[in-house]
Amino acid sequence: MTTVVHKDGPAAVTPPPTLGSHVRNYVSRVRGGEIGALPAVLGLVVLCTVFSIMRPSFLSAGNFANLFTQGAAVTLIAMGLVFVLLLGEIDLSAGFASGVCAAILANVVTVLGYPWYVAVLAAIVTGVAIGTTLGFLVAKIGIPSFVVTLAGFLAFQGTVLMLMEEGTNISVRDSVLVAIANRNLPPVLGWLLAAVAVAGYAAVQLLRHRKRAARGLTIDPIAVVSARIGGLALVLGAAVFILNLERSRNVVISSLKGVPIVVPIIALLLVLWTFVLQRTTYGRHVYAVGGNKEAARRAGINVDRIRISVFVICSSMAAVGGIVAASRANSVDPNTGGSNVLLYAVGAAVIGGTSLFGGKGRVLDAVLGGAVVAVIDNGMGLMEYSSGVKYVVTGVVLLLAASVDAFSRRRSTATGAR
Amino acid sequence: MSATPLLELRGIDKSFGPVQVLRDVAFSAHPGEVTALVGDNGAGKSTLVKCISGIHPTDAGEFRFDGRPVTINSPRDAAALGIEIVYQDLALCDNLDIVQNMFLGREKRSGLVLDEPTMEQMAADTLAGLSVRTVKSLRQHVSSLSGGQRQTVAIAKAVLWNSRLVILDEPTAALGVAQTAQVLELVRRLADNGLAVVLISHNMNDVFAVSDRIAALYLGQMVAQVKTTDITHSQVVELITAGRSGGLGIAAEPANGGNGHGAEPADRNPGGAR
Repeated sequence: MTTVVHKDGPAAVTPPPTLGSHVRNYVSRVRGGEIGALPAVLGLVVLCTVFSIMRPSFLSAGNFANLFTQGAAVTLIAMGLVFVLLLGEIDLSAGFASGVCAAILANVVTVLGYPWYVAVLAAIVTGVAIGTTLGFLVAKIGIPSFVVTLAGFLAFQGTVLMLMEEGTNISVRDSVLVAIANRNLPPVLGWLLAAVAVAGYAAVQLLRHRKRAARGLTIDPIAVVSARIGGLALVLGAAVFILNLERSRNVVISSLKGVPIVVPIIALLLVLWTFVLQRTTYGRHVYAVGGNKEAARRAGINVDRIRISVFVICSSMAAVGGIVAASRANSVDPNTGGSNVLLYAVGAAVIGGTSLFGGKGRVLDAVLGGAVVAVIDNGMGLMEYSSGVKYVVTGVVLLLAASVDAFSRRRSTATGAR
Repeated sequence: MSATPLLELRGIDKSFGPVQVLRDVAFSAHPGEVTALVGDNGAGKSTLVKCISGIHPTDAGEFRFDGRPVTINSPRDAAALGIEIVYQDLALCDNLDIVQNMFLGREKRSGLVLDEPTMEQMAADTLAGLSVRTVKSLRQHVSSLSGGQRQTVAIAKAVLWNSRLVILDEPTAALGVAQTAQVLELVRRLADNGLAVVLISHNMNDVFAVSDRIAALYLGQMVAQVKTTDITHSQVVELITAGRSGGLGIAAEPANGGNGHGAEPADRNPGGAR
């Protein structure tokens, strides 16, 4: 019998990666269309440079702290949206879902007079219920998510109005709830949390490095690992340092310094959801369903359950965003979660590098993109542009990000065999 | 080669409503051998494979695996026996890397966390066992692989689970010449490693290059299952297109559609005259 079998050749030895090959790999990945968060980071650098030249007050510690509290709600909603976008779906109702949850929060804490934790729980349970409903309609009934959530967009807008008794607003006076977006950590605690974060990251990275080395698997060069740890330490250290500067105009009356409480909340959720997406079976299955639904189904993954779950996560994160928005405004009104919130949130996720086509994205994208959106909003406000101009510019940036996404997808189609 | 087949089917019938797709089909696959399953479009190849993999229940017939009678009612049963199928359209996720694809749906965990080092090591061992050296890194995304490499990953995924029978549905249909050779080499190596391999193919060159036996389906009947060395290229083509060739195949054209016993048992030299 003739076969095409050749005898085994000499074993190919892949050389261990060095710093140089690591950089070359990265460059070739970027050229192949896997640009990741590069546009967001470059955009941040450019925007910050331009704004700080035009308006030096942009660089003040006070404004830096403002950026976080201004962008917090949008960033939190965007973090949830990343999950939905990973499946190639969309949630247009996330903005007003956050409004409904905020309205529930305000009603429970102010009108009914329950303690803050009951109100927070009620808001998040509302988010879970909304997400379950949306997910069920998309996955089990089979209505496109665009239509389901567009209907939700309208219905939730109405729900907020009804909860607000036609146009009034409800103030939120509970000291804990108000503190979330308006108070700061003591400076020492800020440093402590930053140190814990860096130490934790370093431990995870080094442990992984050692485990892989012990098994003889290819490992990143130690220089790259330490550069990552050092980079994080530098960024966190600089941020905490600036946020711990005195921001009050008159120190005698009141001192204003420290990391805003909302920052560690965002950081904690970022770590939590990143862990879920990157390190658990569930996260792996989310990526799989987003990449090839049929392959996922054949691999025995319950596709419907994954689809419902991402809407639950999205709406729950919208609830968290709604709580932060209510805290920042000290009140909830019929427009909470309305106007530009949803568009900013989708924009944040896409600008950060999450693909609208599904299968590609990280929770960190939402934070980076949220920062870009917040910087545009804040910087243009400082330059005294009207909100009309702000909307147009943000819209253009969103389009730009979506085009980068589409181009990078084309690029990877051309270079890889997609 | 080994005397007892790993998988042996006898008298398999399968109908979809009024349409009888498989008629009294006998089929066997031996460990260490590549059995080519050939037949024209609509001959029942895919249906037969789906019956083996538990996607379709059979109407009648007997399954023997490793000499023991078994029933396969679901894909899970098939997987438990060690039957793996590599589908034509690959079923890989472009946005995941090679290791992630190979373990998709069956990830190894330590506690709550994915056990990446173990999975990477098992994937590396499997690929090394198949002498696959064409992939640069196990952590590259499948979207960056060539068609042949993707097929390699799909096959390696099937082998990973200590499978004993691997069914490949048209593995070379979309590949170029060099990549086809690469995949056929891999198919041969699977059999050399002691697995029973069933190769569905339209390409006679591929069939003659790697197979030890050829099973030909014609209009839902198994018209012949013979050693590759005992048959010629043109005889196989005749079996596929006409159902018979010289002394092989069904006795005569069913004149009035009443011929329900045309299938011949495997490995017996069927008489042509009646």
